[in-house]
Amino acid sequence: MTATSTHRRDSVALGAAVGLVAITFGVLASTAGLSLAKAMAMSLLVFTGASQFAAVGVISSGGSPVSAVAGALLLAARNSLYGMRLSERLARHGWKRIPGAHWVIDETTAMSVAQDDDDAATEAFWWTGAALFTFWNLGTAIGVLVGDAIGDPEIYGLDAAFPASFVALLGPHLSTSPGRVAGLIGASIAIVAVPFTPAGAPILLAALAIIPALLMPTAIETTDPAGSPVEGTS
Amino acid sequence: MSWTAILVLAAGAYGFKLAGVLVGTRIEHPLLLRSVSLIPPALFCALIVLQTFERDTDLVLDARAVGLVVALVATWRKVPFVGVILLAMAATALARVIA
Repeated sequence: MTATSTHRRDSVALGAAVGLVAITFGVLASTAGLSLAKAMAMSLLVFTGASQFAAVGVISSGGSPVSAVAGALLLAARNSLYGMRLSERLARHGWKRIPGAHWVIDETTAMSVAQDDDDAATEAFWWTGAALFTFWNLGTAIGVLVGDAIGDPEIYGLDAAFPASFVALLGPHLSTSPGRVAGLIGASIAIVAVPFTPAGAPILLAALAIIPALLMPTAIETTDPAGSPVEGTS
Repeated sequence: MSWTAILVLAAGAYGFKLAGVLVGTRIEHPLLLRSVSLIPPALFCALIVLQTFERDTDLVLDARAVGLVVALVATWRKVPFVGVILLAMAATALARVIA
């Protein structure tokens, strides 16, 4: 099997796995009150999983749209770093990198930087992007339809699916000690802030947790944002 | 969630991606890199505790906490994403039935 067919096959397999995550997103979006059109608009136009989960999570727990969008945008900021990483390889595609930027997320970056040469790297980016975009949107549609059919989300413990999804996404981010400190302090800030602030504010205050984590020494830490091949969803 | 909120989020998310692609490695400053890589653990942990213990801007301990414990164990045992979700849901639903 050639390297090319390997990463094509890998991209489709990854896309199918991400499609299952998208079904979860669709169900949660539905229980958060989003219509099929709105959930699809998020998956088609926002297309960065963690931000989408965060936005519907904040909405479902009574937060304002402003805090939902602000929290989601904070999470989306790391795609800028992925874009920087891929910029040289995408530069040779000329104008196509402008629409192509829409597919710059965790998985496409990880698959692309894992390749040995530039040809394989750019092809892995486009194939993974196409596979993920297809499965992510297909999964979202299925999820919304399932969610709409379920009715009361609490009967099936669906409200527990929100925190569980972030537990599953969290793993790779706790591999460094600054990451663990940011997580611990972020959770603490959020808990303390709940009784004193309006809904949605605690999640934004939790972003301050990166400050003490930044002050930590980084001697042997690696901060490669696309270090692991599959980092949960984007 | 309003259409305005969705479109603002969509524009912002694409803006971040495109800015990185266009600017390239010229401003890949170590502090920027570290700041951005620390946002997910901070916000994910906050989201986990909020969605488990918050109800109408108050802290409560209910069946969702059972789901959280199960999700933590399942993730630690390397259960795949969808499995973690389903186990947490089942545990929470079961805890509600028992309670």
